[in-house]
Amino acid sequence: MRYLTDRKRAVGKGAAHSGTEHHWYMTVSAVGLAVMIPTFLFIFGRALGSGHEQVLATFARPFPAILTGLVLVIGLQHFRRGAQMMIEDYARGTTRKIAVIFVITFSYFLMACGLFALAKLAL
Amino acid sequence: MADLKPVERPLSPHLQIYRPQLTSISSILTRIAGNGLIVGVVLAVWWLLAAASGPDYFAFVDGILTSWFGDLVFSLSLLAVWYHYLAGLRHLYFDAGKGLDIETAEMLGWGCIIGSVVLTVITLFLV
Repeated sequence: MRYLTDRKRAVGKGAAHSGTEHHWYMTVSAVGLAVMIPTFLFIFGRALGSGHEQVLATFARPFPAILTGLVLVIGLQHFRRGAQMMIEDYARGTTRKIAVIFVITFSYFLMACGLFALAKLAL
Repeated sequence: MADLKPVERPLSPHLQIYRPQLTSISSILTRIAGNGLIVGVVLAVWWLLAAASGPDYFAFVDGILTSWFGDLVFSLSLLAVWYHYLAGLRHLYFDAGKGLDIETAEMLGWGCIIGSVVLTVITLFLV
C-alpha cells in the first residue's frame, strides 16, 4: 500500500527534483526572444561596421539600448540553462561540476560586461 | 550503504546504432546551433565594451569583427540563430501536441533547414 497520495508525490518534483521549472523557463524565454531577435539582428547588423560615431549614436538611443540589454540578459539566461542541460547529458562527476560552474559564471560575466558597456554607451 | 561495485547493466541502443533520421538530426542541430552561438555573443560583447572604452580600442576590435574572420563568424552565427529560432518555434508547436506525426515532423524539419538558409540570406541583404 502506498501511503503518499499522487499529489504528494508530484510535489516532490519528479526525478530531476526541479519539476517543470526548467521547461517553463525555456518556454517563456523562447517566446520573449522570438519577439525580440528579428529587430535586434537588424539593429546590431546595421550598427556593425558603421563606424564608432554611428555605433555611439545607435546605442545612445533608448530603444536599441534597452532591446540589446534585454536580448543579452534573457539570451544568456536561456543559453546557460541550455548549455547546462547539454553538459549534464554528456559529462559526469567532477568534469560535469566544473563545466556547469564555468557555464553559469561565464554567462553572468558576459551579462555584466554587456550591461556595463551599454550603460556607458547610453549615458 | 549500497554496494559501490559497478553493475553490468544492459545498454540501450545509442546514436551509432540508429539510422540517421531528419527528425533526430534536426534536433541535434538545434543544440549545436544554440550552444555555438556563444562565440558570436562573446565577440558582440567584446565589441560593445570596445565601443564604450574609446575610439582607438574600438578601431582595433571593429577591425577584427569586420574582417573576413568576423564576417565568417557572424554569418555562421546568423545561420545558427535563424535555425535555432525556427527549431525553437517547432519545439513550441510540438509542445502543444501538434505536428507529431512522422510526415508533418519531417516536413517541419526541412522547413527549419531551408527556412534558416533563406532567412540568413535575407538578413545579410537587409543589414
